[in-house]
Amino acid sequence: MNLFLQNHCLICHEVILPSIGWKAIFSVDKEQLICPACEGKLEKIEGDQCQICSRPFSQVDSKFRNGSVCHDCFRWEEDSKWQGALEKNYSLFVYNDFLKEVIARFKFRGDYVLARIFAEHFKMKLKQLAPDMLVPIPLSDERQFERGFNQAAALITAAGFSPADLLSRVHSEKQSKKSRSERIHLPQVFQVHPDVNIAGKKVVLIDDIYTTGSTLRHAAKLLKEAGAASMQSLTLAR
Amino acid sequence: MRFIIKNDMLIPSTTDKDSLPISRLPSIPQPPLQPTFSYNPDLQQLLIGKQLLLEDIPIPFKEIQKHYENGYITYRKGIQYEGKRPVCARCGNMDTHWFATYPCSRCGETCHYCRYCIMMGRISACTVLIGWSGPVPDTQLPATIKQWKGALSKGQQVASDHVIEAINQNQEHLVWAVCGAGKTEVLFAGIEAALAAKKRICIATPRTDVVLELTPRLKAAFPEIKVASLYGGSEDRHLYAPLTIATTHQLLRFYQAFDALILDEVDAFPYTVEESLQHAAIQARKPSAAMIYLTATPNQKWQRECRTGKRAFTTIPARFHRYPLPVPEFEWCGNWQKQLQKNKLPPNVLRWITARIQANKQALVFFPHIPLMEKALPILRQYTSTIEAVHAEDPDRKEKVQRMRSKETPLLLTTTILERGVTFPNIDVAVVGAEDAIFSESALVQIAGRAGRSKDHPEGVVTYFHYGKTEEMLKARKQIVAMNREGLKRDLLKK
Repeated sequence: MNLFLQNHCLICHEVILPSIGWKAIFSVDKEQLICPACEGKLEKIEGDQCQICSRPFSQVDSKFRNGSVCHDCFRWEEDSKWQGALEKNYSLFVYNDFLKEVIARFKFRGDYVLARIFAEHFKMKLKQLAPDMLVPIPLSDERQFERGFNQAAALITAAGFSPADLLSRVHSEKQSKKSRSERIHLPQVFQVHPDVNIAGKKVVLIDDIYTTGSTLRHAAKLLKEAGAASMQSLTLAR
Repeated sequence: MRFIIKNDMLIPSTTDKDSLPISRLPSIPQPPLQPTFSYNPDLQQLLIGKQLLLEDIPIPFKEIQKHYENGYITYRKGIQYEGKRPVCARCGNMDTHWFATYPCSRCGETCHYCRYCIMMGRISACTVLIGWSGPVPDTQLPATIKQWKGALSKGQQVASDHVIEAINQNQEHLVWAVCGAGKTEVLFAGIEAALAAKKRICIATPRTDVVLELTPRLKAAFPEIKVASLYGGSEDRHLYAPLTIATTHQLLRFYQAFDALILDEVDAFPYTVEESLQHAAIQARKPSAAMIYLTATPNQKWQRECRTGKRAFTTIPARFHRYPLPVPEFEWCGNWQKQLQKNKLPPNVLRWITARIQANKQALVFFPHIPLMEKALPILRQYTSTIEAVHAEDPDRKEKVQRMRSKETPLLLTTTILERGVTFPNIDVAVVGAEDAIFSESALVQIAGRAGRSKDHPEGVVTYFHYGKTEEMLKARKQIVAMNREGLKRDLLKK
């Protein structure tokens, strides 16, 4: 515990008042990175959710639900080409307006340190998943130069793991400018580095946001074909 | 980016083992200007007086580097180190908790970056700030620069003359003008003088609303002069113009650009923000340039400097309509917060408000905090259901102010966001809880300045309801009384 240096919230920069009490004195102090007000604006994904992509059902109309999976996943699984490509996606937080702003500052403005906010959550989930390899979704070379870092790799590093760079990107256009159908019918956007051996490995893909699931499924399919035993994914937002 | 120094100039290199990120180079050589080089005029227009990042310039780096090698472009370090401490060259931030590091793919090292001005594009230890050192584009002057033919009041005229002089002599000058004195008109003659001398001039103000309001007025006053209007997301981002109107934030993109800089509402910032604003203003103006400050409420330090003769200033103590400023009345209202918790308002506050409703006189009622204001709203709506409340994060803020303007709203409850800038012609003003720390001297003077603005309704009641008088309340009243006295003495008020 640092008594003299005040902690500032990484998001709003308000001073964080340390909690004072027996618990705070005797327990190993966890570093507080964001203030309670900002913490409160992050919505954890909990409760009834799609068994494949973790979309919370509380936010979807029941007509877009097929039993235990959401309609989007149902359509992916219907297609024999994509069936089982991605076993399961886990997501930590709801992509609400607040998180949208935080992620925009993190990856578009390049505020790298914000990755630390989610480190504890990533660590916990990753311990539970116990993968052999953590693969960040890659950026194109131009984008990587522009941003200076890969946001998925940043999330992995902040959580105390090391990313395995198995993939590279062939196409470079921005995903967020495309519609769902455009994204799904894209030719393969990734390639696997030639000399990797992932036979029989349990692989978890990491990305910042799960939107349509197209990016993750393209990457998952490729790695599965390269021999991975199991393909799952973990994203910050859904 | 990484560079090596070869033939006394920087050459970008990622492979050379002697290459270093720009901030680690001992010094940055500036190649001499090659007069035979044919430069890109687009780049000139874009960069003159600026400090931009590579990402801000829609021109390939190769061409930028060519201009540098021929002496037309300058490179500066984005982050400078004072010993081991990083300092952001753009915003002046040197607080360690506003810096962070990241593993950078541009230079391959762990790079410091500034989080303070990150919304303007990230400055890191390997960032190059790019500027122009080639010739200045020639501006053609129209036959008549200023079309505005309005008359100035006697008080405005004195200030206007001092502004012209300060601009001609490259001096600093403060115009201390009461709310409603007509500050903008005071600038016109000074701007004309600057433009006639082919000087580049900028008016900077903290708020986008003010930029949007000033732009058409200045375009109308100087119809043949190119005006660049700059705020977050504006289209004039790359426009080179002799007259620039910008938010103070946008000043961060300028470097030694202006011969005269006019800073509006200097007091509108909390102290810490003011420091970085000062840095931006000093960087944006040329080393020898005029600096005009405009405000209705200079802070204590500045007031003291004025009194002791350390700061050149002119006051405009009277409003344009030549009626005195309404002097605030103080009224004790007991523990109003406790009353509100019980869903009641102090009886004298309630009396004040209901009297306004019955007399059909519009009023603004200021509260120190949002939750308390929202507690008061349902109580008051029992009297008239059209009463509304507004605060900074209110999505309907613009509509509510508009409804107040069109007189649909009889009474508007507000936090300090409406303390300055907005003008309603005929209103009374009350502050509930004037003892709160948020109501500084300058906030209280500004709030009182909302009343009696039009010449048809120059009177207006200003009441501070309080639970114990504060020093700030007394200073605010003293300032207003002093201005009225000076107005009378200088014969600027109607008798």
